Amino acid sequence: MNSLAMSSLSIAWALAAAQTLIFIAAAPLLAGWVKRLKCHLQNRAAPTVWQPYRDLAKLMRKDMVLAENASWLFRATPYIVFGATGLAAAAVPLIVVHLPTAAIADLIVLVGFFALARFFTALAALDIGTAFGGMGASREMTVAALAEPAMLMVVFTLSMTAGTTNLSTATETVLQAGVVLRPSFLFALFALAMVAVAECGRIPVDNPATHLELTMLHEAMILEYGGRHLALIEWASQIKLMIYAVLIVDFFFPWGIARDFDAVSLAVGVGAVTAKVMLLAMLLAAWESVLAKMRLFRAPQFLGFAFLLALLGMLTSIVLETGS
Amino acid sequence: MMMLEITLLAPLVGGLLLAFTGHRALAGWLNVATGAVTFAASLALALDVFDHGARLSAGRMFYIDAFNVYLVTLTAFVGMTTSIFSRPYMRHEVERGRVTDRRMRLYHSMYQGFLFSMLLALSTNNLGIMWVAMESATLTTVLLVSLYRTPSSIEAAWKYFVLCGVGIAQALFGTVLIYFAAENRPGGERGDTLLWTVLHDTTAGGLDPAVVSLAFVFLLVGYGTKVGLVPLHNWLPDAHSEGPTPMSAVLSGLLLNVALYALVRFKMLVDASLHMELAGHLMMGFGLLSFVVAGLFLHRQHDIKRMYSYSSIEHMGLMTFAFGIGGPLATFGALLHMTMNSLTKSAIFVTVGYASQIAGTQRIDRIRGLIRTQPSVGWGLLIGTVAIAGFPPFGVFISEFLLLMATMKSWPWLTIPLLFGFGVAFAGLFRHLQPMVFGEPPAGQKPIQANMLPVAIHLALVLWLGLSLPTFLSGWFEQATLLISGAALR
Amino acid sequence: MELTSLGLYSQAIIVFAALVLFTSFVMLAQPRIQPLIYTFAWQGLLLAVVTALVALVSNHPHLYISAALTLVLKVGLIPWLLYRLSIRLNMNYETESITHPSMLLLGGAGLVVFSYFIAVPIVHLSGLATRNTIAVSIAVELLGMLIMIARKTAMAQVIGFMSMENGLFFAAVVSTYGMPLIVELGVAFDVMVASIVFGVFFFHLRDSFDSLDVSHLNGLSETDEAMPLPEAAEVEQP
Repeated sequence: MNSLAMSSLSIAWALAAAQTLIFIAAAPLLAGWVKRLKCHLQNRAAPTVWQPYRDLAKLMRKDMVLAENASWLFRATPYIVFGATGLAAAAVPLIVVHLPTAAIADLIVLVGFFALARFFTALAALDIGTAFGGMGASREMTVAALAEPAMLMVVFTLSMTAGTTNLSTATETVLQAGVVLRPSFLFALFALAMVAVAECGRIPVDNPATHLELTMLHEAMILEYGGRHLALIEWASQIKLMIYAVLIVDFFFPWGIARDFDAVSLAVGVGAVTAKVMLLAMLLAAWESVLAKMRLFRAPQFLGFAFLLALLGMLTSIVLETGS
Repeated sequence: MMMLEITLLAPLVGGLLLAFTGHRALAGWLNVATGAVTFAASLALALDVFDHGARLSAGRMFYIDAFNVYLVTLTAFVGMTTSIFSRPYMRHEVERGRVTDRRMRLYHSMYQGFLFSMLLALSTNNLGIMWVAMESATLTTVLLVSLYRTPSSIEAAWKYFVLCGVGIAQALFGTVLIYFAAENRPGGERGDTLLWTVLHDTTAGGLDPAVVSLAFVFLLVGYGTKVGLVPLHNWLPDAHSEGPTPMSAVLSGLLLNVALYALVRFKMLVDASLHMELAGHLMMGFGLLSFVVAGLFLHRQHDIKRMYSYSSIEHMGLMTFAFGIGGPLATFGALLHMTMNSLTKSAIFVTVGYASQIAGTQRIDRIRGLIRTQPSVGWGLLIGTVAIAGFPPFGVFISEFLLLMATMKSWPWLTIPLLFGFGVAFAGLFRHLQPMVFGEPPAGQKPIQANMLPVAIHLALVLWLGLSLPTFLSGWFEQATLLISGAALR
Repeated sequence: MELTSLGLYSQAIIVFAALVLFTSFVMLAQPRIQPLIYTFAWQGLLLAVVTALVALVSNHPHLYISAALTLVLKVGLIPWLLYRLSIRLNMNYETESITHPSMLLLGGAGLVVFSYFIAVPIVHLSGLATRNTIAVSIAVELLGMLIMIARKTAMAQVIGFMSMENGLFFAAVVSTYGMPLIVELGVAFDVMVASIVFGVFFFHLRDSFDSLDVSHLNGLSETDEAMPLPEAAEVEQP
């Protein structure tokens, strides 16, 4: 009995480790898929979906050039960013729920990890002392200061229904309730999608493909990085996109995620999450092709709207769903 | 019940006819004739109800009892006398080029449409229809307020429309809540619960107190806007001062009454279900506030019609206060005051209309020496103001005296603000009045053709009712008092 | 009442009710005229859908008539009228500068909380499946009022007025399954006449003030100056 429990625990830990590795490994694939879709939608010749891997490998091989006045902070930041994002990825249930990592799979912890990564990115950007770094850091922090309250409001709205901020438990709650039309989820979904767009530096808040000084947000901060450092930061931002995609999927469309550790449900879990994230990526690509990047000064409005949606989700969850 | 149908149909048909013929020379007479038919029918209706008691029409659409029949008669009467005044007045305005033919058609048909919607609001048995009729009363008058198309008249009409629209929407919500409470009362049958007869007679006392109190707050805000209670009164002086004078007369003398009527009806319902005097206290508070504040505002006016519209707010506040006190004496006084205020105030507005035609302006500091120029108008204004200020031989004195008595009996310490309000209003009126009627007329001020008959009739009535209240009228008021306050006088 | 205890149609009612509330918020902060009119039409459409769903769930066929009435009046006639007016008056591309839009939206959220507390006694009394939406209907009404207070153009105020009426209609539908039909017809008639009168007013306002910005309307007020009225009130001597 005891050995059986031991063995199931070790399986669980192994699964958790495998899930995290899959998560980190699959993130560039998602980025490649979005890029390919966008190229197709815009009638351009599309690179293969493996292109991000090639880019990362190329960057890993390259020599690093460090600025003369770069401190330890500048050198440490890529590792901190990658580490924090990787830990966040470990917390998000991708294929299966209630793994041992579920204990730290708290949404507020997740927000904290992202904040940590962003904090160090901004500091590193200031560290060099170039104009672009400072500008990028200030812009990034502006967006973040607006996006984080909206994100937290979404978290609170969801926890109103789920009764917890633990991601794994919440996913299970939603899964057990079956098909319920919840207005608060509708609002929270749109709010979370908007926050995700802003946080991952996608159109219309930021353009991941631009290097035009007036429009850069995220890119301006990491302009001084090269080689392995740049690879880690790029990879981290791809993981971040994936985390947001999986978050949306976990919360609003959790059907198909594995609840047991047997092979069939795991296979179903892998298939379901792949299909759902691919679908979401299609929506993102369409969204980015339809919209133009807006002026930086409109970003507060965009995120204010996201905050309003999250707030409305919260209000409707109190007023309409619980009643008195 | 034939009389009720005639009372309602006459203004409707008259209004439709006038929509096509309103610009003709005869239109004024048609307007007067319609008013006369309406008044005759309403008088017959009143006598019928007085003899046989409350009547419910077939299909339960209309309900006439002692309370509303007297208001129906009053409305028809003031409607008729004002139409007599309006004929030469509006002809004068056309001659001066302030109003075109098309607008005369609009004016005449909307005048009758307004009377129709007020009579409908009074006589309907359905509280929802009452709301619809009150809203129609706004809609029919709003284009009349802007009849002269001057920027200030358009501004006044817009304010009137928007404020009353917002206000009256709250009243609809209150009505929905009452309906909701009636539908959800324990153990009662469903359906038809928006009918006054059903609500008042069969469900009395069974409505949920929390919902009913909430509903009354909304209703007070809603209909209170129309009554002109103080924080919600902003539209009233504007609408009264910018519209043509006959409109000011009927707005002030009638519309405010009908809105108060609606409020009192709901108070009766709420009191039956609520075992505390929430409705009464709210009405007393708002009423007293309006009474005192409007009295103070009287002093600051520069426009003669604005001044008298503040006087209207003041008197509506007094009535609201009195209905709020409840009890037979206060209710009797309030009903009497309603009549007196309607008659006197419409007479005053008619006179004010002539006065401003003589002086060519509505500004108080340019209206001078009316008695020298045209004694009938000057004396009319003086006597009317004396009457509305509550001087002894006139009816207003009697009703105000009764109200003061009632206040002393139930809320002794409130007599102090009340007396203060009387004093302030009195001073405010006479401070402006004295130079207007006496004093030297400006050079070249000429008398105009004025028909003072309506004024004379109204003021004579007010004087007569002040000297002796005829038995049938006091019996009538006592019936209404019994209905509203639930207790007989004496 | 827990949402999960309701049927799917009742859940749909609640979702659409939330969307009606959402359109009110959009109208609150929409500075451009034409999208404002479209949003108003959307609100009407959502309201008609809610009404039809309530009719379906509660088996009250007369609500279908109300839904159809809403569809004709609030989705068809009034938006069309306003749209035509906005083109006739050349204001379809005008934008209104809203002062402190975020404060306005937060104020709106405050109103939702307020109406939740107002609705508590009503919800306690009601046994209907739609009772949770009563607070939302009150909120829609109050938000309409907020639009009228906070916005400065006549068009936005009219839309606020109509949106208030939407809230009232909504309240009647979800709290008592609609008012008696004759009252509803009467109210619809009044609303229709009101929209026409508003249309007439747009022209008057433009002719007199050269704009539909009602903050120009400040000639009439209580002042101690010797000139409370402009000379327009004077009568030109023949």
